Amino acid sequence: MQGIRSFIKTFLLWELLQGLWVTLKNMFRPKTTINYPEEKTPQSPRFRGLHALRRYPNGEERCIACKLCEAVCPALAITIDSGVSEDGTRRTTRYDIDLFKCIYCGFCEEACPVDAIVETRVLEYHMEHRGENIMTKDKLLAVGERFEPVIAADRAADARYR
Amino acid sequence: MWTWEPIRAWLSSLITSYWANPALTAVQILMVMIGVILVMAFYTLAERKIIGWMQSRRGPNRVNLFWVPGLGQPFADVVKLLFKEILVPGNANQLLFRVAPFLTMIPALAIWSVIPFAPEKAFANIDAGLLFILAMTSLGVYGVILAGWSANSKYAFLGAMRSAAQIVAYEIAMGFAMVGVLMAAGSLNIGRIIEAQHGGPLSWNWFWLFPLLIVYYISGVAETNRAPFDVAEGESEIVAGFHVDYSGMAFALFFIAEYVNMILISALTVIFFFGGWLSPFDGYLPASSLLAQPGFFWFGLKTLVPMFGFLWLRATFPRYRYDQIMRLGWKALIPVTLVWLFVEGVLIYCHVGPWKGHI
Repeated sequence: MQGIRSFIKTFLLWELLQGLWVTLKNMFRPKTTINYPEEKTPQSPRFRGLHALRRYPNGEERCIACKLCEAVCPALAITIDSGVSEDGTRRTTRYDIDLFKCIYCGFCEEACPVDAIVETRVLEYHMEHRGENIMTKDKLLAVGERFEPVIAADRAADARYR
Repeated sequence: MWTWEPIRAWLSSLITSYWANPALTAVQILMVMIGVILVMAFYTLAERKIIGWMQSRRGPNRVNLFWVPGLGQPFADVVKLLFKEILVPGNANQLLFRVAPFLTMIPALAIWSVIPFAPEKAFANIDAGLLFILAMTSLGVYGVILAGWSANSKYAFLGAMRSAAQIVAYEIAMGFAMVGVLMAAGSLNIGRIIEAQHGGPLSWNWFWLFPLLIVYYISGVAETNRAPFDVAEGESEIVAGFHVDYSGMAFALFFIAEYVNMILISALTVIFFFGGWLSPFDGYLPASSLLAQPGFFWFGLKTLVPMFGFLWLRATFPRYRYDQIMRLGWKALIPVTLVWLFVEGVLIYCHVGPWKGHI
């Protein structure tokens, strides 16, 4: 009996028709995709995009060249050289992040004791020439200056969970 | 004694019947070609849009034409393909590799010569139209096989072999379904097959030949190597199957042939089972009313439904496994057609159904 019923079901393409009905229903549902460049999905304050180096409000670099980020980086994307600056403090002379190596895990951000290296919300960036994948210290500081209000607001929004 | 006279007479009879006005015929052929290619172009767009909608996506909407988002996409694709280089692999059979795209393209377009778009509006109103269609659809597989073989690549070869076995299997079921239509109409002439279905939607063939309609449509999908029977292409298994080594316009020819074949199978489904250019109000409204007039409008409108079915099937079903395809073709579709041919024979013999006029 079971065999006959399943044979009839197969023969009448019953399950295939059910499948067709599902796709037909979905055809008239609202679309889940968005028109990307015009519309964008909401971003979390914890979004991990392009890196930046921050400064204190008085213009002093936050980074103290402790190299914790270099040590924690699982992809070995960060290279740091340190030296003594004019005012006698310990500063980086070189701070390179290879964007091709970086896996955007955010460990550098977590490891940093002074909130110097951060990952911003910027996800739309590109390179046109070889070597542009290396974010030098100057470029990182420039990104930090440009997005400081957003970065600061995001850190403040996330502060109570840290 | 040998004379040229019979051959000359035969040739001149060809010219007088079909080529009364070569220039006019050429213009008409050009019109139909351009029309078919245009429909095919927008069909590719419709496919991407409809499958997108069924997957909760939007489909292409970046290329605007006449302020309609996405409408220019087919033309953008054509321009892209035109500017791409046509590569020929070094170890390929140079001649066959270049000829194969045309061998798929030409039969796909040639069948349109016997399709009646409206009453008495076919290029060649030949008596063996059904046979011509069968022959031409079978010829299309040569292009596929030669493309797969000449590329000298394992993937292409696998695709070609799969396609050949599949088409041989489904050609039989398709042929039997056509035999059912032929029995109902009592003629191989496409125009007369349509006229025999005269008298409203219930006297169209789909009602009495419903199993044959299903079999015909399924084997039509299999013949055109469309999902869920697209093992010949099988992107996820054998890259792109028989046309893996083609690029640019050479690939586009295969692509065009595939879509033209889909439109063709849809048109043939309508002709064989849904009364071609007959109006659906045929038997119900008085014959003088505008809606009951047969014409190209009804033919085109009806053809859109099976065309949508192709896309619907592709959006719904995963690809059949190769042995499942063979089992379905040989063990399900062919017995179904044979049984229904017998039933139809009995019906005709007992004068049941709309085909009372002939035995």
